Amino acid sequence: MLVGTFAAGARTAFATESLLNKKAPEITLTDLNGGNLDLASFRGKVVLLDFWATWCSPCQVEMPRFAQWQRQYGPQGFQVIGISMDDDPALARALYAKLKLNYPVAMGDEKLGHLYGGVLGLPLTYLIDRNGEVRARFQGEPDLKAIETRLKTLLSKP
Amino acid sequence: MIAVLAILLAAQPPIHPQFTGGVVSPESAFSISNAQVLQPEELNRILHAQGANRPLVLQVGSHMLFAEAHIAGSEYAGPGSQAAGLKQLQDRVTPLPRKTFIVLYCGCCPWNRCPNIGPAFKLLRDLGFTNVKALYIADNLGADWVDKGYPVESGR
Repeated sequence: MLVGTFAAGARTAFATESLLNKKAPEITLTDLNGGNLDLASFRGKVVLLDFWATWCSPCQVEMPRFAQWQRQYGPQGFQVIGISMDDDPALARALYAKLKLNYPVAMGDEKLGHLYGGVLGLPLTYLIDRNGEVRARFQGEPDLKAIETRLKTLLSKP
Repeated sequence: MIAVLAILLAAQPPIHPQFTGGVVSPESAFSISNAQVLQPEELNRILHAQGANRPLVLQVGSHMLFAEAHIAGSEYAGPGSQAAGLKQLQDRVTPLPRKTFIVLYCGCCPWNRCPNIGPAFKLLRDLGFTNVKALYIADNLGADWVDKGYPVESGR
């Protein structure tokens, strides 16, 4: 999480705090289809939490692969959750439909970004284990092979 | 002297279109030359220096990311990838003298992938501004500014 004062106009030193090996902060949102999106309800599954936006071209490389993994690894207890950091939900909805995503997506905001260590660049992907603890963080140009290797390791654990 | 020059040139960011097959769109980040780019440590020095030559610093990317964290004292004027964002930028700068020192930045994603900085920079040049720099953010604002302890604020 970003620590520091938030006074408008203040010059403040911020430090991003690592979430690795800590409990994933709770997420309770409404997804783009109007359903409840509650991270706690996926306890027992390995969760890939993906922060993205429609203006982020590396994100659009990842997302179809994440959808493929949802189909492939879902039966083993894998769940992708997408959080759009777009300013305009209409753009997120349009891309969600175009890519035919098969996992829940909700709109994020700066508060959620702060909770998740500061979403200060995209794409940003977290892997959360079956016990709800953050085990990996990937940012920038996607290394899909590394992400998939890591999620398979987490899926192999009870 | 030659050795010093070589070292200085080597320290410049690798601003070349390695991902575009050599084709440079006039609105891509690659269209911004090394001479028009400012490194984060340089801007940090300028912001801390006393004196009148402080730039107007404008973030031309995501408003959401600006709200989370932005360079202290910077204003939001984007996004550069959208017509409405460019209009906002134009409205902000139009009243200013064309020699105003302006620094544009984004930091949404890696420099070579940024859809915002190139169009915004081009707009200001087209409007006749002669003292504009683009802040070179190699990966993202978090890694290249916040994590280095440079001045940051939150809020819209």
